[in-house]
Amino acid sequence: MAMVYEKSKMLTDAPLHYCPGCTHGIIHKLVAESLEELEAGGRAVGVAPVGCSVMAYNYFSCDMVEAPHGRAPAIATGLKRALPDGVIFTYQGDGDLAAIGTAETVHAATRGENITVIFVNNAIYGMTGGQMAPTTLPGQVTQTTPYGRDVTKAGFPVRVCEMLSTLSGVAYAERVSVDTVPNIRKAKAAIKKAFETQIAGKGFSIVEVLSTCPTNWGLTPVEALQWLRDNMIPYYPLGVYQDRTANEKGVF
Amino acid sequence: MSERVLMKGNEAMAEAAIRAGCRHFFGYPITPQTEVAAYMSKKMPKIGGTYLQAESEIAAINMVLGAASAGVRAMTSSSSPGISLKTEGISYIAGSDLPCLIVNVERGGPGLGGIQPAQSDYWQATRALGHGDFHVLVFAPSTVQEVVDLVFLAYDLAEKYRMPAMLLSDGLLGQMMEPVSFPEPVEKFIEKPWATNGHQNKRPHNIVNSLYLAPDELERTVVERFARYAKVEETEQRCQEYLCDDADYIIVAFGATSRVSQSAVDTLRARGVKAGLLRPVTLWPFPKDAIRSHIPHVKGFLSVEMNMGQMVDDIRLTVEGKVPVEFFGRTGGVIPRPAEVVEKVLTMAGGDR
Amino acid sequence: MARAIIDEKICKGCGLCVSVCPKKILRLAACRMNDKGYNPAEVTDQAACIGCAMCGIICPDSAITVEK
Repeated sequence: MAMVYEKSKMLTDAPLHYCPGCTHGIIHKLVAESLEELEAGGRAVGVAPVGCSVMAYNYFSCDMVEAPHGRAPAIATGLKRALPDGVIFTYQGDGDLAAIGTAETVHAATRGENITVIFVNNAIYGMTGGQMAPTTLPGQVTQTTPYGRDVTKAGFPVRVCEMLSTLSGVAYAERVSVDTVPNIRKAKAAIKKAFETQIAGKGFSIVEVLSTCPTNWGLTPVEALQWLRDNMIPYYPLGVYQDRTANEKGVF
Repeated sequence: MSERVLMKGNEAMAEAAIRAGCRHFFGYPITPQTEVAAYMSKKMPKIGGTYLQAESEIAAINMVLGAASAGVRAMTSSSSPGISLKTEGISYIAGSDLPCLIVNVERGGPGLGGIQPAQSDYWQATRALGHGDFHVLVFAPSTVQEVVDLVFLAYDLAEKYRMPAMLLSDGLLGQMMEPVSFPEPVEKFIEKPWATNGHQNKRPHNIVNSLYLAPDELERTVVERFARYAKVEETEQRCQEYLCDDADYIIVAFGATSRVSQSAVDTLRARGVKAGLLRPVTLWPFPKDAIRSHIPHVKGFLSVEMNMGQMVDDIRLTVEGKVPVEFFGRTGGVIPRPAEVVEKVLTMAGGDR
Repeated sequence: MARAIIDEKICKGCGLCVSVCPKKILRLAACRMNDKGYNPAEVTDQAACIGCAMCGIICPDSAITVEK
């Protein structure tokens, strides 16, 4: 019998600490499989965030750096400038990327920094126990929006891909989801394309992955996927928001 | 050594860093360190290096963290308010055991303060460059030549002990022009087997990290780091002495105030007061051994600083009450005059002579 | 001839594989726990497996290997 599906060699043997059904694990696999298929693991350096995926440095078998909260794109910038031939990526959640690290994200993007950002959006702060995130939906109940996010007081969610797509340094920006197997396949293709964009030196690439947090949403893992479909995808439509990869020089 | 050239402190510092092998500079504009960044932006593109103007001081120090993780000699420079912003990153750099060079061309504070020279970041540099248990090597040059020499030393020791190094300059030294000569460019660097520079499928993956969730593991890591710090304190204290051997009164002053204090010592000697100057070159590790060696023969120490009295704490901790330790300082960007220092020592000595 | 092999030690019993299996041959063990305290996924009818790998693809913990 031939192997149809097995764990990527770009992942270590360390058991993941994520809650049952958390889609971080799926997204880790997609990043690992993409790097493996591109034979980029040996020159890859990943940057882990602060948040649920803080210990991602234990899971990817490439070299890894753990960043202060929100600063991953700045660290990736330093790495990339020191290792121009490296394949440098950040793996960040919504609080990390779209709240405390907004400046680092926007400026790495507008510089056309030749790095890849994997942005995991699950509309909540997971690690600290389910507080409102910059991407928490209007009306969504969290620990710190117990009556639902009131946009007159807490403002509106940030649509990261839409915002970044206006910047000239962004070579590739796509929003994907991991709620179904076909969508997981599309997410993988997007992540692989983002790495290819970087390897070709075409500029900043970001893949926003709509993800779940069954524990803090108070749903079973399967219900959480349905909640994502019913609530997140309408607010955060899937699709390609910027693609300058057809240009020979990318964004430059 | 190169032939002597006349250079501004800030520009000499930048040139020294380049010659010491720094090819990655990340900064954010702030007075009075501007010339460092301007010099780097002119030179780096011509030698294949990186000059990157970051979106913030916070981003700049984290870019340094990233580049240092990759194993290269990285640097950032700023001035007091900017250093406050960098402290988060400095703590992570120290907690990740990374070497790098951070320059503080000090100005007056707190808050936005002023833009004239000050030494009011002594406490910050030696005690509070971020949260957690850690130290940073802190060097305090007093001449443009010493700025150059200490940049080389700072990189060497930072890499030897795997810790960040800070060069504490000030607006006066940064803006002043003096003749300097440069050491030969550094071409050989120590191996950094810990660097996250891509394992090329030839070694297990390296991780640069400051997170240890298990208390015993974190304690062990910090204790190991402090064993390294103890070695630094034992072997790397540096200072320069001027007429200290027979002195009744020793002025302790670093950086720009040491120049003022040296004039004061000459005046005092001419007036029959046996004064001396002990100039710490390293602020951490503080030159405790040298200060202690003079306790038996001095009648008192005087700390002269451009602040309200910060280093004086370290002198008192070193002297342990065995002889009087007094303080004289000006702050807010005011530079003490030699005559004021002379006056203070005369008061300590019991009146005019 | 295909088969899905579940590493029960790693499985967290989240049930995502069960929800996507087109042949409905996966379930969470009702009366069995692994060392982590989860009811692991199990294959009820290995002969019916078509090797589509959807269970493997959606498993967050890389607990499933699929052969064909």
